[in-house]
Amino acid sequence: MLYAILCYNDETAVGSWSKEKDEAVMAQHGERLRVLAGKRKLGPVARLMPTTAATTLRDGRETLVLDGPFAETKEQLLGFYIVDCASLDEVIEAAKGLMVEGGALEIRPVLFYQPPEGAGR
Amino acid sequence: MTELAWIDAALTSARPQAIGALLRYFRDLDTAEEAFQEACLRALRTWPINGPPRDPAAWLILVGRNSALDHVRRRSKQEELPSEDILSNLEDAEAETVRRLDDSHYRDDVLRLLFICCHPELPATQQIALALRVVSGLTVKEIARAFLVGESAMEQRITRAKRRIAAADVPFETPGAPERAERLSAVAAMIYLLFNEGYSASGGDVHVRVSLCEEAIRLARLLLRLFQGEPEVIGLTALLLLQHARAKARLDSEGAIVLLEDQDRGLWNRDLIAEGLALVDKALRHRRPGPYQVQAAIAAVHARATRPEDTDWIAIDLLYATLEGLQPSPVVTLNRAVAVCKARGPEPALRMVEPLEGPLSGYFHFFGVKGWLLTRLGRDDEARIAFGRAIALARTPAEAAHIRLHLDRLADSGAGAQAPA
Repeated sequence: MLYAILCYNDETAVGSWSKEKDEAVMAQHGERLRVLAGKRKLGPVARLMPTTAATTLRDGRETLVLDGPFAETKEQLLGFYIVDCASLDEVIEAAKGLMVEGGALEIRPVLFYQPPEGAGR
Repeated sequence: MTELAWIDAALTSARPQAIGALLRYFRDLDTAEEAFQEACLRALRTWPINGPPRDPAAWLILVGRNSALDHVRRRSKQEELPSEDILSNLEDAEAETVRRLDDSHYRDDVLRLLFICCHPELPATQQIALALRVVSGLTVKEIARAFLVGESAMEQRITRAKRRIAAADVPFETPGAPERAERLSAVAAMIYLLFNEGYSASGGDVHVRVSLCEEAIRLARLLLRLFQGEPEVIGLTALLLLQHARAKARLDSEGAIVLLEDQDRGLWNRDLIAEGLALVDKALRHRRPGPYQVQAAIAAVHARATRPEDTDWIAIDLLYATLEGLQPSPVVTLNRAVAVCKARGPEPALRMVEPLEGPLSGYFHFFGVKGWLLTRLGRDDEARIAFGRAIALARTPAEAAHIRLHLDRLADSGAGAQAPA
């Protein structure tokens, strides 16, 4: 079975970390990921940019494009895609194409991406 | 992370929101700060025992408000205090507070707090000092070090600023759209000023300077989280990120400034550049250009060039032309002339620069650029005169040394002079 593990934390607090602190935390993550990769249990890994870099698409009679993250609480996270696009305009077009049956899509640039090392290839 | 470090990070991140809300209740900066301080002390006592609250900001606002009200009551009635029992049924109260303080309230609270710090009656240096003290929570000692002044002088500066604000009339009603726009642009200007304070000065402790830049970025992000759809706020954040990305490459081992085209681009922070470029993309979608967006776009063109010779100078020339239209200034035209020289040669650039001699007759960079353009045209004698004026106007030994380098090259009548700015 493939599982997705989603990370949550206080963005303001994380954003206030010094570069050294951030690097230390990421290095710790890296070590733990290597353990999973060694057991061939690791799929793709991504670190997202802050929500200030996000753009949200909301379905309606016409698709609305809004600055900022998805902030409603009545919908739940159901899935995600990783796409490779040259610009925000291009990814917005791609996302509009993925808008099939209601809901919202949050577009978030990926800061760091590591392709699958074991599981989920 | 240790428990104390976690609490410290949570208190820092909740600070602008909490003090902003307390300021709305008490309409007095000192009372709001004291109430927040008291709430922090209680947090340090109770969070390790009870665990962290769901919404630290809401907790701090509630506890801060209650403790300040207790002080008022105690002063007026000399009554016995209901000590810590305020904290006992806090869970329900906390949820209630969260429900009441919706996002738009928080937004105006933080904006008001920031706006008070850059009140037009305060000189720029007081604005920055006050914002660092009140919003960022830096100690007076830390701020004094950043500005290279004594602690007591800085203490006085902040006290004076607070007194001026108390005397000035700051409206506490929810601002209308025009007031909000006006506040936003004043706050953006203050954040930009704070960044430049850290970015441009060559003297002082490098680490302190860098932390000023980082603090400015933190405030810009805070503002952007509150005003996600404001292209100029997006642009400002992008601009700061793209400029700060070059911080490591800007100074050599002796602390001298390294020019953009001589910088080791491998030292540029790629993460900050990626985020800055993503934000520029976001801002431009609005098709509502403003000075911060255009400056960010110029920084983005530089950031995209892996080598100096890959720089798209035609794009930079066009962007400076846009900036001239939005914010006409001889300094902007001077910067544009450098791009024009790179894109179209020294002749049109010199034609652009010559009329600026009047307004910029006391400006070091004007004579540096003029001398450089004259050198490129082979007019060495005139170039020498311009460089001589530049040296006389240099503010730091590093600036003068840099111009002397140009003069030496002239003496050798060497080819391929370098851009002075």
